[in-house]
Amino acid sequence: MKSAVLGKDLLGLERLSPDQIRLVLDTAEPFKEVSERPIKKVPALRGKTIVNLFFEASTRTRISFEFAEKRLSADTVNVAATGSSVQKGETLVDTAKNLEAMRIDMVVIRHPSSGAAEFLGNRIRSNVINAGDGQHEHPTQGLLDLLTIRDKHGHIEGLKVCLVGDVLHSRVARSNIWGLLKLGAEVAVCGPDTLVPRGIEELGVCRFRRIEEAVEWADVLNVLRLQLERMEKGFIPSLREYYRVFGVTVERLERAPRRVTIMHPGPMNRGVEIDSRVADGPHSVILDQVTNGVAVRMAVLYLLAGGRPELAAAAKRATSPPDPLSTSWRAGAMGAPD
Amino acid sequence: MLRALASKLEMSPDRTTILDARALSRALQRMAVEVLELAHGTDDLVLIGIQRRGVELAERIAKLIEKEEGVVVPRGALDITLYRDDLETIGPKPVIGETRIPADLTGKHVVIVDDVLYTGRTVRAALDELADFGRPKRISLCVLVDRGGRELPIQPDIVGTPVKVNGGERVDVLVEEIDGRDEVELVNTGGGIRQ
Repeated sequence: MKSAVLGKDLLGLERLSPDQIRLVLDTAEPFKEVSERPIKKVPALRGKTIVNLFFEASTRTRISFEFAEKRLSADTVNVAATGSSVQKGETLVDTAKNLEAMRIDMVVIRHPSSGAAEFLGNRIRSNVINAGDGQHEHPTQGLLDLLTIRDKHGHIEGLKVCLVGDVLHSRVARSNIWGLLKLGAEVAVCGPDTLVPRGIEELGVCRFRRIEEAVEWADVLNVLRLQLERMEKGFIPSLREYYRVFGVTVERLERAPRRVTIMHPGPMNRGVEIDSRVADGPHSVILDQVTNGVAVRMAVLYLLAGGRPELAAAAKRATSPPDPLSTSWRAGAMGAPD
Repeated sequence: MLRALASKLEMSPDRTTILDARALSRALQRMAVEVLELAHGTDDLVLIGIQRRGVELAERIAKLIEKEEGVVVPRGALDITLYRDDLETIGPKPVIGETRIPADLTGKHVVIVDDVLYTGRTVRAALDELADFGRPKRISLCVLVDRGGRELPIQPDIVGTPVKVNGGERVDVLVEEIDGRDEVELVNTGGGIRQ
């Protein structure tokens, strides 16, 4: 089933237009309120079946998706690689086709290989949402980061956002770069040469080699996790040395010319890429990111699940034309500033 | 953009005014009195407007009651998009309005305020949504225009004006806050034969 506004799958922010990104952020706004209700549930996705297919460890993203699904009244099933037929050697497509044979509507997939979500999306009819594929993209994380920045600063255009640390292994960095550039932010990366992909400037981001320069430049620091599990030896001399040279510390932030908003996609290595006093400090929006994650995922699920365009067109023909004043959402939403 | 649209609509020849600004104001004053009678005063009264124009109408009725009674009437807003029964067919309506419920509704007399009552499906959705915010002792329905054509067993308690609508016609409610003027119009949309 193909959604009229987002297409069939959400694979990455690279493919979305600025208007589509803004639409997701605007749609996430009312979903925040749903999570504050006495009964945190609306029936929008009643009867939809969603499979969360996680081939990689995840706490935040998996639970966040599950909350989002449940708060929209969808029925959910969690499949983890361990304890499923994946361990017996079943291929990704076979697993998905078997799930589809049980009449599911959507798959949320996390996979260690870049491109796994697209590979799957091209082979099954259900909507596919990429919950992180290898070092490629993590679009819902990118969207929730954008929403959190917009909440904090009121706009995204013109802001200076620096991604700090392990850019090389980070799908979060890629989704952030695409999303931020599309919405008109200035983007930089900062990290050791071994952890910043060569040629990253070609994406239109600037490059800092010293954390002090990044702190002086930025409105927002998005501190990336040092992905120790993806590293063979040799990227950094030691964790202590990394902290000493690139750690985001109170002392470094005190020298910043302005108050710098601190973000981290989690899970944090406290005392490695980030100082605990910074993570828990007054300018940290790390827990707001987590709260916004549920709202953004609800928005994505809602926009992907809703409707088949051909049915929508038929329904529009069948009823009297709607009031042009109340259906100007398209122009309104698309034209709205950040 | 809305003003441009509105002025374009003004020029359109097949629009008939049902209520002009003064008639609309009188209708709201009468509705406010009827709300007070129905709720036996303001003690447990909560007005809930349905997005978007119902919210503005609820606000006006609340202010009229306040002027009359000298007490603040709690009011809220309800967007029923996520409770619709037709997400599959119409597709998501991306910009969802604000839902703001002023207090726990348990034990309150909730009056739902909307601009036009037609099929009743919006009210059905609103009843479902309100039930998730508590257990009001009573829920009443107050609409500016009842245009008939119900598809569900739902009736209003208070009506500003009933309007007979033929096939190919539509009722537009315009309010100052959103549309720049107060008016209720019957619009001939041409082609439609739907009752």
